[in-house]
Amino acid sequence: MIVFLIKRLFNAVMVMLVVALMAFMIFRFVGDPIQLMVNEQTTQAEKDALRQSLGLNDPFPVQYARFVAHAVQGDFGVSYRNQQDVMSLIAERFPATFELVLVATIISLVVGVPLGVVTAIHRGRWFSEGLQFLSIIGVSLPSFVIGILLILVFAVMLNIAPSFGRGDVVAIGWWTTGFLTPSGRAALVLPSIALSFYQITLVMRLVRAEMLEVLRSDFVKFARARGIPAWRIHYRHALRNCLMPVVTMTAMNVGSLIAFALITETVFQWPGMGLLFLQAVTFVDIPVMAAYLCIVSFIFVALNTLVDITYALIDPRLRAARS
Amino acid sequence: MNLKKILLTGAAIACLAGAVSANTLRWGSARDINSLDPYSYGSTFTISFLNHVYEGLVRYNADLKIEPALATSWEVLPGNIWRFHLREGVKFQDGADFTADDVVASLTRVSDPASPLKGNLPAYVSSKKVDDHTVDIQVNGTYPLLLNDLTNIHMFDAGWLKAHDAEKPTDVAKKIEGYATFHANGTGPFMVESRVPDSKTVLVANPNWWDKRQGNVDRIEFTPIASAATRVAALLGGEIDFTEAAPLQDLPRLAASPNLKVLEGSELRTIMFGFNMRDKLHNGQPNPFKDLKVRQAVAMAIDLNRIHDKVMRGKGRVSGTYVAPKIPGYSADQDVPVAYDPDKAAQLIKEAGAEGASFELVCANDVWVNEEEICNAVVSMLTRVGLKPTLSIGPNAVQQIKQSSGEADMFSFGWANEPMLDAYSILLQVFETKSDNAGVFNWGGWSYPEIDKLIQSASVEMDRDKRLKMESDALKLVKDNLIMIPFHQQPMSWAVSDKVESVVQQSDNKARHWLTVMKATN
Amino acid sequence: MTSTDTPAPGRLARLRQSDLWWSFCHHKSAVAAAILLAALILTAFAAPLYVPQNPFDPAQLDLMNAEYPPYWMEGGQWPYLLGTDTQGRDILSAILYGSRISILIGIASVALSLVVGIGLGLVAGYFGGITDNLLMRVGDVLLSIPTILIAILVSAIVRGLLPPGLRDYGAAGVLVLAIVLSAWVQYARTVRAQAAVEKGKEYVQAARLLKVPARRIMLRHILPNTLTPILVAATLNFGMAILTEATLSFLGIGMPASQPSLGTLIRLGNQFLFSGLWWVVIFPVLDLCLLVVSVNLLGDWLRDALNPKLR
Repeated sequence: MIVFLIKRLFNAVMVMLVVALMAFMIFRFVGDPIQLMVNEQTTQAEKDALRQSLGLNDPFPVQYARFVAHAVQGDFGVSYRNQQDVMSLIAERFPATFELVLVATIISLVVGVPLGVVTAIHRGRWFSEGLQFLSIIGVSLPSFVIGILLILVFAVMLNIAPSFGRGDVVAIGWWTTGFLTPSGRAALVLPSIALSFYQITLVMRLVRAEMLEVLRSDFVKFARARGIPAWRIHYRHALRNCLMPVVTMTAMNVGSLIAFALITETVFQWPGMGLLFLQAVTFVDIPVMAAYLCIVSFIFVALNTLVDITYALIDPRLRAARS
Repeated sequence: MNLKKILLTGAAIACLAGAVSANTLRWGSARDINSLDPYSYGSTFTISFLNHVYEGLVRYNADLKIEPALATSWEVLPGNIWRFHLREGVKFQDGADFTADDVVASLTRVSDPASPLKGNLPAYVSSKKVDDHTVDIQVNGTYPLLLNDLTNIHMFDAGWLKAHDAEKPTDVAKKIEGYATFHANGTGPFMVESRVPDSKTVLVANPNWWDKRQGNVDRIEFTPIASAATRVAALLGGEIDFTEAAPLQDLPRLAASPNLKVLEGSELRTIMFGFNMRDKLHNGQPNPFKDLKVRQAVAMAIDLNRIHDKVMRGKGRVSGTYVAPKIPGYSADQDVPVAYDPDKAAQLIKEAGAEGASFELVCANDVWVNEEEICNAVVSMLTRVGLKPTLSIGPNAVQQIKQSSGEADMFSFGWANEPMLDAYSILLQVFETKSDNAGVFNWGGWSYPEIDKLIQSASVEMDRDKRLKMESDALKLVKDNLIMIPFHQQPMSWAVSDKVESVVQQSDNKARHWLTVMKATN
Repeated sequence: MTSTDTPAPGRLARLRQSDLWWSFCHHKSAVAAAILLAALILTAFAAPLYVPQNPFDPAQLDLMNAEYPPYWMEGGQWPYLLGTDTQGRDILSAILYGSRISILIGIASVALSLVVGIGLGLVAGYFGGITDNLLMRVGDVLLSIPTILIAILVSAIVRGLLPPGLRDYGAAGVLVLAIVLSAWVQYARTVRAQAAVEKGKEYVQAARLLKVPARRIMLRHILPNTLTPILVAATLNFGMAILTEATLSFLGIGMPASQPSLGTLIRLGNQFLFSGLWWVVIFPVLDLCLLVVSVNLLGDWLRDALNPKLR
């Protein structure tokens, strides 16, 4: 078990080191950092001095090691565009993205699980086939199109939900939350629906597949034979058995939701990390790009590792197979 | 007893909350300000926003004439020295008194070699405190436009700068963020309550402002909304009360909405297209634009009226010259656009041997009104007369590096002559040959000695009429040589919600919300 | 790698065709999707033959023709069947040319990731050892960064490195590269797993003893066994590639406005969503959705049809 843990953690650290290498290469080789920092009047001598003082003349591995050492402490330098410490810039935006992703995840579970159960139980009926068909449309609609359509219908035509921004937020320490104000909650509605759309279809399809599997299993047949009512079999026994993969997938998908949120954030001008990153891309603000890459990958890798380890703890068979 | 007290307190808080939110102006802007530090970036928009917080020694009044602000009077002494008498009893928002030391510290900071704004104060040499409320400013010669320059040089508190180690302009290279980038302490009508870049900046009224407050806005919530469609949705949905950038294509719909009012006009800013005049294009080919015939052909190939009708939807004003009519130095007889004549253009291009010449037109998509569409239309029109332009489009922060470093073969350009409000501004900064203080925006590397001579004599001419004559003569030479092709004075299009009683809109296209009056709410 | 001596398709056809064809003919939505997809692809690729305008040629755009509504509406003009945009660009022509670009990018990125993924997967699975370890770790890293992020970073960086003259022409290639970079891993993993299993089987051991070249064993024996899951993945990835391209172009880091793909058209049209010019954005959206829905319907049917558990 210990061996497995160590192996898994070592793996995660290696992946993060490679991601950091990529981030560092962007930082170092896309555009000359010196060129981006100085203005027209700077002399060559000043540029050379700056290059020396920033350590850009050191050997590559030394620079990389320094980058990693700084990154571990959360120091990604200063944004070229906002002239602000990158880490605090991202920390400022993180709550917005997190709350959006959280609400979208909840919506996807609340809507996706029952839909999956219904389509599995009533397999072949017209409405479950219809739902299946709708779910294909759901994965086919690009999320920016969903965002645009939601704004058009609910913000402009019906005028019942705000179309941009986060509303009023309440600061709790360094965290800011939109949950505590009416305008903050209203602002969450459209973006979180847009973001959850794809996830709903994933959850629904997963639940459906798992349910079909379970319904074919022996214990369900036994339960039926014993005369336990159908709803009890479906919701108490069968559903419970397929929740584990759903939880796993949801946890592992939080990382990609955070990344995908950048599209939703662009459409709704949601002041999260994704909007910040996309602006950094258009303005070639390398430190912000590098930091965002590292942080999102870190969340992604950390969640995956955590899920893997939890699985190993729960399921000894897996543990044996892995180590 | 207790319960009553609690109820009363509750009521009082409710009242207070009501009062606070009563006159909140929600401003949805097309872009964010670059910084809270007015000396960090030479952006007219950022400086005009920060004018709510910081003030200069003098300012423009409602007719764009100069009037006293933090200085009450001034005189010119022998030896190119200007003496300013400062307003007494003015306090900074942190409570410090406004004195001569503050003026000296501010001028030292803005004229620092690393300051991006030092070009806005070209004649400045040094400044000296005479007594607590008198300052002498030394300039480098006879210079008629110092007051114009000073309208937008904002005054910092010397003690505050020192306490926060911000006496020098922000220097990204040193990996430290400037304190002034995220904190502000001015003398102006509003104070910064909070700022999250790209998200929200909140200003609240400064109760101790020295001037009489004509508006009644207590609080400004400034939110950048980059997407035009979202901005319109926000206006229609009643989520914002004011924007300085209502998309032209949506004006009819906005005006038709019962809850919105649209304010239009032409602003001072002239949009024009310039050429690289170096020997080679960026792709290494010989530069056809060195030939006046080709520049004339380009001008003839562009149908300004059609761009005005279709792209600008009839808003703004087609211009034949480089400055707006309100700018001193303008002359009406130059204000005749080159006539549209595609056949002649194609013929001139053939004659010049420039047929099929491929080059890059560099435009931005986040600065001027409908710039991307204008540039697309120009590409079509130039293709039809036998040239092969390709369009490079991107955010200004990226495009301007290309334009200013000579990588752009042809480029879009806008100049409002702010804050100087005199044609000398564009002549000195754009059309004069590049040197230490001149030609900062001479992006194409042009040089016309006869134009330089006129500009230099205008800069020391204290007689206003003679000076303006020299300036308009210089502009005529610019037009004859078609260094740039003037397009139009771009339209202003503001929109306000019905919560706003009145806003003041000047042709400098700057919001002045200390003058804005909102309707009483109950 | 994919030379003519690959017998796989033929064998697959013989093995599966009858079953597959039967299933296909009895699956209404699959038939409808196939017809729709074929129609979309055909009309897009034949577009230069019949549309009124080449929307990529700036000389053919005239502000004179700007903002016509669709032909059946008041003010509509022949031959601009679906109206024109603010630059005088015919929407129908723009959509057809745009979907041609989208489809081409989709096909190119799927083909390239198939070649890269299958090739690397076979090598890794068959030879194992350090090569295998290295390739799979690279795959791990790529999978640990969300795909959309990889695509954005690659297209932003490569575009920045290209010389300005090439930026527009290279845009499609950059997009393909960005998509392939994250898509190949899935194929590689599938093939590798299968190759590792097959390698231990007796017939492969026998072939090895007979000194049959490794390349032949891999292509002839191992590859065909992996084709079923790969075919399903490739179909679904085709839809994903089109979506990724559209998303990048919508965000402004994909195809330029001078050669608009569907995503670019939607980005440009989105600015006019509230100005009454609904046709500028709605038609491209519709086309994009039809395209991806039909691909996904086919992929969905294929997955069920090829899944022995569900049969």
